[in-house]
Amino acid sequence: MNVVVCVKRVPMTQEVDLEIDASKKDVSKDMLAYVLNEWDNYAVEEAIQIVEKFGGAVTAVTVGSEDDEEVLRRCLAMGAEKAIRVDPGDLSLDGFVISKILAEVIKGLEYDLVLTGVQADDDNYGIVGSMLAEHLGIARAAVVNHVDIEGDEANIKVELEGGVDEVLKIRFPALLSIQTGINEPRYVSIMGIRKAAKKELQVLPVTDLGLSEDDLSARTVVEEVFLPPETEGAEIIEGDAATVAEEILRIMKEKGVSV
Amino acid sequence: MGTIFVIAEHRQGELRDITFEMLFKANTLCKDLSHKLTAVVLGGDEALADEIKKWADTILLFEHERLKNFDGDLYKEVISGLIEEYEPFITLMGHTSWGMDFAPALAIKTGYPLATDCVDIQVEDGRPSVIRQIYSGKIFTKVSFRESKSYLITVRPGSFTPEEIGEQEGEIIKKELPSDLPEPSKEFIGFEEAGAGELDITQADLLVSIGRGVGEAENIEVVRELADLMGGVLSCSRPIVDKNWLPKYHQVGTSGKSVKPKVYLAFGISGAFQHVAGISGAGTVIAVNKDPKAPIFRVADYGVVDDLFNVVDALKEKLK
Ligand SMILES: Cc1cc2nc3c(=O)[nH]c(=O)nc-3n(C[C@H](O)[C@H](O)[C@H](O)COP(=O)(O)OP(=O)(O)OC[C@H]3O[C@@H](n4cnc5c(N)ncnc54)[C@H](O)[C@@H]3O)c2cc1C
Ligand SMILES: Nc1ncnc2c1ncn2[C@@H]1O[C@H](COP(=O)(O)O)[C@@H](O)[C@H]1O
Repeated sequence: MNVVVCVKRVPMTQEVDLEIDASKKDVSKDMLAYVLNEWDNYAVEEAIQIVEKFGGAVTAVTVGSEDDEEVLRRCLAMGAEKAIRVDPGDLSLDGFVISKILAEVIKGLEYDLVLTGVQADDDNYGIVGSMLAEHLGIARAAVVNHVDIEGDEANIKVELEGGVDEVLKIRFPALLSIQTGINEPRYVSIMGIRKAAKKELQVLPVTDLGLSEDDLSARTVVEEVFLPPETEGAEIIEGDAATVAEEILRIMKEKGVSV
Repeated sequence: MGTIFVIAEHRQGELRDITFEMLFKANTLCKDLSHKLTAVVLGGDEALADEIKKWADTILLFEHERLKNFDGDLYKEVISGLIEEYEPFITLMGHTSWGMDFAPALAIKTGYPLATDCVDIQVEDGRPSVIRQIYSGKIFTKVSFRESKSYLITVRPGSFTPEEIGEQEGEIIKKELPSDLPEPSKEFIGFEEAGAGELDITQADLLVSIGRGVGEAENIEVVRELADLMGGVLSCSRPIVDKNWLPKYHQVGTSGKSVKPKVYLAFGISGAFQHVAGISGAGTVIAVNKDPKAPIFRVADYGVVDDLFNVVDALKEKLK
């Protein structure tokens, strides 16, 4: 059972006062710390658990810059056999272009399953997985929170809105976009990452893939980014913790909750 | 005169709210652009189509055994055929689990550009553009499309509030599925209720809710004590359940429970749309978060910018 998993490195933006950069097309990223996209962390763990059980190998793929190799090394430390980075140069990337590049690389690999995350934590598109499946011409399922493999098919659960799962059987080769909580991603130590440095990390310039200009031209363009409009929003309760607590209890009482 | 497509979403014989939200938005777009609204219903029956008559000029209804349950391959196949036939200016679909399955594949099959998870749609000089949120709602973006004959958009649930519109009687047109359908790649087995449990957070008057901001599993007890002192019920955001720190039946949000307490206390929750969609029924929302820019403050009634443990401790102090 060979599994390809697509991963992305994303900036951590909680508890950070984001600023719009000079181009007005993105936020300034100089001060941001980066991590493996949360959904992809679960996808990598799922891939590794599958090969641990059924044999085969995991290949991790990213489309990104040299800095993004950091997340590939993490995947190798988690147990991936091989990692591939496609360098997009200064192409402007959208879900279409990324999926096209990933498809071209994955076509050349042996695989039964391709895993992606449900969404990337930066752009929140949720688009690459399903586009990739269509380029590859394979079965797909989105928002998968359970995978149970039997031979060349799997029983899976697709998470729907409202706390309901849809139980399906899917035949391989297939692409699944993985939802958080599907497993418990393993801990990765600095030592583990150092040891994995010996594993193969292949770098491919996008120009080596033979894609046409049209294949590499974005279908959507970010015109501008801006801070959320100042709507009315919350009334901020000021003061020290004791004052705040008193005010919260007063509001609760006013709203009919007696404590 | 052009047309705008809305792809209806329904489950087990019932139209989902997102369908009406899209119909409402499509209606305003159609008025501005003098377009006709065409609703597409795959599966379901005439009774279901009747429910959206007043929203659409035309309803294309496909009744078929294979469409009884959602089938992303068939949706892709049938809708791409319809797009070729009717050449809609825009096709709206829900940014739901099912929409995330078929819409991107449809974009590849048709070759038309797609923007996902959009919270607003504008048309200027004959070209649509959309507003989306990135970085979990901390930043907004305006996205445009490469010029095309037809544009595809998925809409975030809850972005539009349907209001009554003028009476109209859409015409229902029954359509036949093409004969050369692809073999199914998936087999539907059933629906399953996720995370039933002994506790029902939807009945509580007071929810004391925690998010990833609690930091460690051990810290949950600190907040649980507060909930007990207040006579409230403990609930949480998704990461807490993903880490197995609390059982699924505590989870609030699109993939958890929709709750309606008199007061919802949110500690260390950022306010992602999948979470706040679950608290639109709450009477009063009070959010405590270290980050003054956390999106939760845009939906809360009251906010406290502080470390949640300071506030939790102070509340306990007052109650003892
Ligand atoms: C298909 C799908 C379905 C989903 N369904 C749901 C759902 O049903 N429910 C749900 O909740 N999510 C759901 N999500 C996930 C959602 O997108 C967010 O990832 C999630 O809600 C984030 O949870 P959080 O706010 O607890 O964590 P984070 O976004 O990490 O936020 C933590 C917050 O805590 C604050 N903080 C940190 N430390 C402290 C401190 N000491 N004191 C005070 N504040 C602090 C930070 O400033 C931050 O704002 C879903 C996602 C997808 C893709
Ligand atoms: N640059 C990239 N390289 C590799 N995989 C990616 C990249 N961008 C997105 N993906 C994959 O596609 C998923 C969905 O991302 P998105 O459609 O951008 O929300 C992610 O969870 C990754 O698995």
